[in-house]
Amino acid sequence: MTIGDSIFRKEALEKVTGTAKYTDDYHSPAMLHAKLIVSPHAHAKIKSIDILEAQKAPGVRAVVTGQAEFPLTGEEIHDRPPIAFGKVRYHGEPVAAVIADTLQLAKKAAELVKVTYESLPVVNSPSEALSTSAPLVHENLGQYEKIQHVFPEPNTNIADRIKIRKGNMEIGWQESEVTVETNFSFGPSDHAAMETRCATAEIRPDGHILISSSSQSPYMIKKLMSEYFDLEAGKIIVTTPLVGGAYGGKVPTQLEIIAYLASKAVGGRPVKVFNEREEDMITSPVHIGLEATVKLGSTRDGKLKAAKLFYTFDSGAYSDKGATISRAAAVSCTGPYFIENIWCDSLCVYTNHPYATAYRGFSHSEVLFAFERTMDVLAEKLGMDPFELREKNAILPGHTTPTEVDLNSSNVGNLPECLRKLKELMKWDEGRFIKINDRKVRAKGISCIWKTSTIDTNASSGVILTYNPDGSLNLLSGLVEIGTGTKTVLAQILAEKMKMDVSQIHVRMEVDTQTMPEHWKTVASRGTYMAGRAVQQAADDLIRQLKDMASRVLVCSPDELEVGYGKVIVKDDPTKSCMIADIAYGHKYPNGNAIGGQIMANGKFMFKHMTHLDRETGSGKPGPEWTVGAQGIEIEFDTRDFTYRILKAYSVIDVGKVLNYKGALGQVMGAMSMGIGFAGREAFIFDRKGKVLNPQLRTYVPPHYGEHPEYIVEFVETPHIDAPHGARGIGEHGLIGMPAALANVLSNAAGINLNQLPLVPELIWKIKTQGVQNDSV
Amino acid sequence: MHTTEITLEVNGETRSVTVRNADTLLYVLRDKLGLTGAKPGCLNGDCGTCTIDVDGNPMKSCLMLAVEVQEAKITTVEGLKYSSLQTEFVDKFAFQCGYCTPGFIMNANALIKQYPHANDMLIKEWLESNICRCTGYKEIEEAVKSALATAQTVLRQQ
Amino acid sequence: MIPYDFAYFKASTAEEAVELYQSLREQGKQPVYYAGGTEIITLGRMKEVYTEAVIDIKGITECQTLQLEQNQLVMGAALPLTKLQEANLFPLLSQTISEIADHTARNKITLGGNLCGNIYYREAVLPLLIADTDVVIAGKSGRRRIPLNSIFDERPCLEDGELLTQLITQSDYLGLPYYSVKKRRQWDVGYPLITVTALKKEGKIRVSFSGVCLFPFRSERIEECLNDTRLNPDDRIERAIQHLPKPISNDVEGSPEYRLFVLKNTLLDVLQALEGETYAHN
Repeated sequence: MTIGDSIFRKEALEKVTGTAKYTDDYHSPAMLHAKLIVSPHAHAKIKSIDILEAQKAPGVRAVVTGQAEFPLTGEEIHDRPPIAFGKVRYHGEPVAAVIADTLQLAKKAAELVKVTYESLPVVNSPSEALSTSAPLVHENLGQYEKIQHVFPEPNTNIADRIKIRKGNMEIGWQESEVTVETNFSFGPSDHAAMETRCATAEIRPDGHILISSSSQSPYMIKKLMSEYFDLEAGKIIVTTPLVGGAYGGKVPTQLEIIAYLASKAVGGRPVKVFNEREEDMITSPVHIGLEATVKLGSTRDGKLKAAKLFYTFDSGAYSDKGATISRAAAVSCTGPYFIENIWCDSLCVYTNHPYATAYRGFSHSEVLFAFERTMDVLAEKLGMDPFELREKNAILPGHTTPTEVDLNSSNVGNLPECLRKLKELMKWDEGRFIKINDRKVRAKGISCIWKTSTIDTNASSGVILTYNPDGSLNLLSGLVEIGTGTKTVLAQILAEKMKMDVSQIHVRMEVDTQTMPEHWKTVASRGTYMAGRAVQQAADDLIRQLKDMASRVLVCSPDELEVGYGKVIVKDDPTKSCMIADIAYGHKYPNGNAIGGQIMANGKFMFKHMTHLDRETGSGKPGPEWTVGAQGIEIEFDTRDFTYRILKAYSVIDVGKVLNYKGALGQVMGAMSMGIGFAGREAFIFDRKGKVLNPQLRTYVPPHYGEHPEYIVEFVETPHIDAPHGARGIGEHGLIGMPAALANVLSNAAGINLNQLPLVPELIWKIKTQGVQNDSV
Repeated sequence: MHTTEITLEVNGETRSVTVRNADTLLYVLRDKLGLTGAKPGCLNGDCGTCTIDVDGNPMKSCLMLAVEVQEAKITTVEGLKYSSLQTEFVDKFAFQCGYCTPGFIMNANALIKQYPHANDMLIKEWLESNICRCTGYKEIEEAVKSALATAQTVLRQQ
Repeated sequence: MIPYDFAYFKASTAEEAVELYQSLREQGKQPVYYAGGTEIITLGRMKEVYTEAVIDIKGITECQTLQLEQNQLVMGAALPLTKLQEANLFPLLSQTISEIADHTARNKITLGGNLCGNIYYREAVLPLLIADTDVVIAGKSGRRRIPLNSIFDERPCLEDGELLTQLITQSDYLGLPYYSVKKRRQWDVGYPLITVTALKKEGKIRVSFSGVCLFPFRSERIEECLNDTRLNPDDRIERAIQHLPKPISNDVEGSPEYRLFVLKNTLLDVLQALEGETYAHN
């Protein structure tokens, strides 16, 4: 009834009238404000912090600095002090927080905090981090607490190393008649969500801790705060209102900890920490950088035989999600191709850059930039069409992935069909390099994509359904509405199941960890799958209860009833029915007797058969299914100036099933835009000392209106049978192939190998005129 | 002398408020008048999330002091009541997280009023002032063009 | 959020503004004239600009003038850039302005503010430099009108407390053939990598630059080289760039070498656009 329809998002009217509330929109006169003092150095010893003047400033209630007794934090490796202690490891790292009556007074007093530093040598890239003479970002790496499945290498800058050892490389190279090897690199960039991060904390006299945060992970905040500070989990209540864009950047727990420490310093009074843009860009976590070497071997007719991959992720000063990202990169290290022999080392390394966290695509756009670019290099060497090489090696049911998961027609989508459609849409046969005049050419390039999730194997999602007296339903899920429209899709899934109008389903947008069941984190394009399955289970429970109740009213067996259209109906005699509204709160007999009570239901979901990766070979099942797709870009390139415009951007993605057409389209186009921005312009620019020179939206420029290309998006629907209606993840995938597709089309247009990002005209000019390239093709 | 009691005309209402001279209009709207529709995105004039309407022109409220606008007519997104533009934004799925939406709507609303016959170039010139990080702008383009078409129809009927 | 406080004054005449300035300065208030105020607010937020008193000049009538009469275009310093752009009385200026910041910001940024501000691109000055524009300056000893070029050295060099009230361009410059282009690091938004504006007057090309160096400039020697039609365009440009002030900008928008590459191509476009036939013969 509603599945597939472009149902307006439930919070649409709130959003267009300006009444939608985000974390910083909540404000009370009692609330104090914290202003962070951040490090101007990328790596330095903190010699002293003088807070005396600041403490005496008007309106100041406390100044918090890093303390030995503060816990070290981090989801996988506890390597990060919430406020720097002893030394700073990146430009922008918090060194103190001034808490005052107003933000202005806090800001004014912050200038009075005097920090003296002694600068240290800086690690400014992953390759520098790996050099034997590199300074150590973490001297005590061997002593940090950590989870079981991460393996930092003490006395190095390596936070984790994930290995894939599939097949036999010796045989692979023997069977390879043609080989190519290419190096790639790009630095960290930013999520640049329009809402900067914000958190408030208050410690109530009874010990309850109230935290509000613009977060993708309110339940993780609760869990981690309880761990870090040895607090009773039940006393931590986290609320998350609407979130103004996240893209992975709001996964980590950072400002919440500072807000808590600040509140503690002022006797539990509520304190708000709000990032100004400059802080949001470098103080809070960023999008990871990468250096990569990809070596491929194939037969002369293009059958891939061996892949040797070395990925070094620039996790910055702290590991945060860096280790998990490196792991996800290993899982998908080859792109969506079947290769029998794979050797991959995927490293998470520390540098003195702002620390990295999840970013839409979670390592996939990064790794595929390197891999898919190499596919084009190989195709060129083979004298083969890029489509043909990809078609020849496309991963299919019956194949195994790099981590040796057996694929079947449910757990992987139909890549050949995506390629076929893309080829047709792009009019590939008319040529991929067309001269327009003496200066301009029109060119096309492509990339394949795939992705599975690599979330915790025991991540779960819960849903509660309650009735209103009119028979309408309330849907409570701990999933955060970060803009993806997932909560509206959940309503659609529920409406379909209950055979009711979606307008009769009320979805609570704000998350409250005390009263709503947990949704692990709103990440990894897994919201619809996890929470959707929980909704379906809850609806089954609801239907069972409705039938049970109605069977007493209609005097029949529950299995003789059907639920739908606001009623419970006798199957073989639809004239006999009762309104749900009349039984949802129990049934009252004419004499006043009543039975039942209110009907409510719950549902839960957890993935089955997920495993950790084997430490030596990488084998294991990290995710339930793979979304696959093929993407392309068409540009007009100026051969004199090396400037270009993106005319068209294409995506054909196997989404399993489209649940909300315009919603899905919007996810894909928006992700494509973000991918184009990342590929074409966005990057932090560091000086030699590791300082970020462009932490503002006027020097770090995301795509603006009018720079956007024409988007051509089509879907293939190969159902994943375990997922609601067969739908696969779709939130990230539009982004994943854009960097590779842009690099491929520009390499084609300019006649050179472009293996770095961002693809600004200056880079093309540099390589074109100076031949700066370090490949041995 | 660093604070001033000012009177602002916001959304057709006269509001008296004491402000620091250094307070931006954005801050005063949000923290003093409770109008949180205009959003802080960069506080630097770069992103447009704080865009409001001052005397018919779109303005970045982070780039103006509240004391500057005492004689002006200010309209924030809260002052628009179900305009066709807002309906079009819903209809065309022209937002996702919604954070940039009030700014885009206020900018486009002024454009439609000033230039109901705006062409692609003019639309680009105006809307370039705002950043949307969620959509790829296509839906925003559709919504604005659709609202422009409605405005043109209304003009023809007059 | 500007952390510090300041007093706010609104002047209704230039004399009042200048007087206020003097007295505030004597009180140690580090006063600033406030037109659009966009830089004072954004740089003030990071304490890169500090003041204890702002003097709003938007209420001064002569600073809001925009009129074309007696063969001259008079432009008030407090005019928002969009107003100038929309009036389009000086097409080169309009086009150059239309690339500064963004449309909404240009509703606030003023002509005088762009010229006298701290952010060094000051692109609105480029057309004025090559159109022999005069400036009207109000100071302690009254008003003076002088050629912009005579006081422009990286920025308009005003005496402390002087207020730039108007810019006046002779109308015979307004319709001259022109060329204006802003090249960015990438695509359509952001600071300039380089901005170049050019006019052709009496057969000679005049040209001014922003983004090339740490200040906008016009150079007679560069113009001489570019106008030396005995040489082919490439050679003229090679010679011209020998006279660029040093150093060439090196920032997040681009390296000096790349700027020179873009500059050379841009100058070729200037010559082609403004020389037409001559260019073709070369």
